[in-house]
Amino acid sequence: MLIFSITLFVLATFLGYELISKVPPLLHTPLMSGANAISGITLVGAILAAGTGASNLSTYLGLFAVIFATINVVGGFMVTRRMLLMFKKSTKKD
Amino acid sequence: MDQLIQIAYLLAASSFILGLKFLSSPETAPRGMLLAQGGMLVAVIATLLNYGIVSYGLILSGIVIGAAIGTLMATKVQMTDMPQMVALLNGFGGLSSALVGGAEYLRAQPNLTPQAVITIALTVLIGMATLTGSLIAFAKLQALMKSAPLLFRFQHGLNFLLFLIALGLFAVLTVAPGTSFAFWALAALAAILGFLIVIPIGGGDMPVVISLLNSYSGLAAAASGFVLSNTVLIISGSLVGSAGIILSQLMCKAMNRSLANVLFGGFGHAETAAQTVAGDSAEKAPPPAQPEVQSATPEAAAEIFKKAKSVIIVPGYGMAVAQAQHTVKSLATLLQAQGTTVSYAIHPVAGRMPGHMNVLLAEADVPYDQLIDMDDINEDFENTDVSLVIGANDVVNPAADTDPESPIYGMPILHVEGSKTVMVLKRSMKPGFAGIENPLFFKPNTLMIFGDAKGTVERMVAALA
Repeated sequence: MLIFSITLFVLATFLGYELISKVPPLLHTPLMSGANAISGITLVGAILAAGTGASNLSTYLGLFAVIFATINVVGGFMVTRRMLLMFKKSTKKD
Repeated sequence: MDQLIQIAYLLAASSFILGLKFLSSPETAPRGMLLAQGGMLVAVIATLLNYGIVSYGLILSGIVIGAAIGTLMATKVQMTDMPQMVALLNGFGGLSSALVGGAEYLRAQPNLTPQAVITIALTVLIGMATLTGSLIAFAKLQALMKSAPLLFRFQHGLNFLLFLIALGLFAVLTVAPGTSFAFWALAALAAILGFLIVIPIGGGDMPVVISLLNSYSGLAAAASGFVLSNTVLIISGSLVGSAGIILSQLMCKAMNRSLANVLFGGFGHAETAAQTVAGDSAEKAPPPAQPEVQSATPEAAAEIFKKAKSVIIVPGYGMAVAQAQHTVKSLATLLQAQGTTVSYAIHPVAGRMPGHMNVLLAEADVPYDQLIDMDDINEDFENTDVSLVIGANDVVNPAADTDPESPIYGMPILHVEGSKTVMVLKRSMKPGFAGIENPLFFKPNTLMIFGDAKGTVERMVAALA
């Protein structure tokens, strides 16, 4: 399982590198906030931690993980959208 | 059921990959992000269907609280404050991964394998360091603490010592995974390390730091994916990890400095020293060989604008601080109305995060095809009547080309000095972030216009209208 995880990690890193290299500097700020929202996928881990009800303390840690990950996801995606909608092309035709 | 969940995770990971791919153009980008949001929703719902989940109420209340706070932050934040917002979100991402690690450590007791405990410890280490590092970055950007580098004796020695202790705690946990004390001590140590790593970094280097912390928040998520053997966490975390790495590389290249130099160099420390020197010499007689700068009023500058055929606007962090982007846009509209071509030259490290200037100008309704990257606009300055530098300094400092002694020697700059007239909007003659004299200010074709950037541009607009 570990070697499978490492394989995924390495391949996804290469893929990420290729993808991000194509993002123009114009969009670097939305890229960061968008990437931020995507890293909020840790919410999945947080739900598992909070929901499987092992011990009291681990449930509470999980609950806080859910809260912060959700802030990351919701805040990140919303602010990215807000920014992306501001980018407009010239209306005048050249 | 388990298979279905895995398929849902695959869909989510694919949607993130496409979302990032669509970010290659401003036209497709909003669609891409919508797709990624959909993917996130699918991943969350699939996880909630996991048969092991018992406490739905708790999870849903957590999601509601988090969504409310996130919505509030995203709708209230000013575009000028984007760097702080991203710093804070990075920190929250790191914290959440660290918490997942902590919860998993408690849950998996007493059957922890050395392999499991190492991945958990790594998650907590990266997550906690990301949290405190981001909080310091936030505090510096929000001016809650001085943005100048904080340096003290034996700083690197202390960091190295703490790093060694962290390695020792790792070793203890590998041998005896149940040593709770070592685990929590490692979490605390990681928090201290994150704090110590960011305090010696100055405000102008924040683009690099934020990119790096962005990368760490992704790595923390990937590490928690290793802990839970969760594919979507590993894939998304590493995508974000590489995004941050690329951006920090680009930022370093745009400053002609290595990452190590940014992290350990305490660059910008000269700022305070240079300021005191400038203060002293102002009280005494000015140095004899110092050429005089030419200054002008905004109204005199407006007269020059009236005759200009082409204008390039060079925005910097000072424009963000003065919230001048909307006024600048009004000026550009007036100039365009009289037939002058206007474009904006964007240096990669202008502002406090990658792409900061683009977002501010987009907010002010400047069409993005007028925002031109450094490499594409540099040859145009020669044929330009007026370059208007607003709150930028080091990115237009010709010393980077000509003076091998200069700390910024070799840094790629915008060659505004080639245009017929250069107008520099600045509060005072105080040196910029790097604390370096700017020979541009003393050139015969340079006009200094002192004052608050917004006020100055408003007066130009009034004179032109």
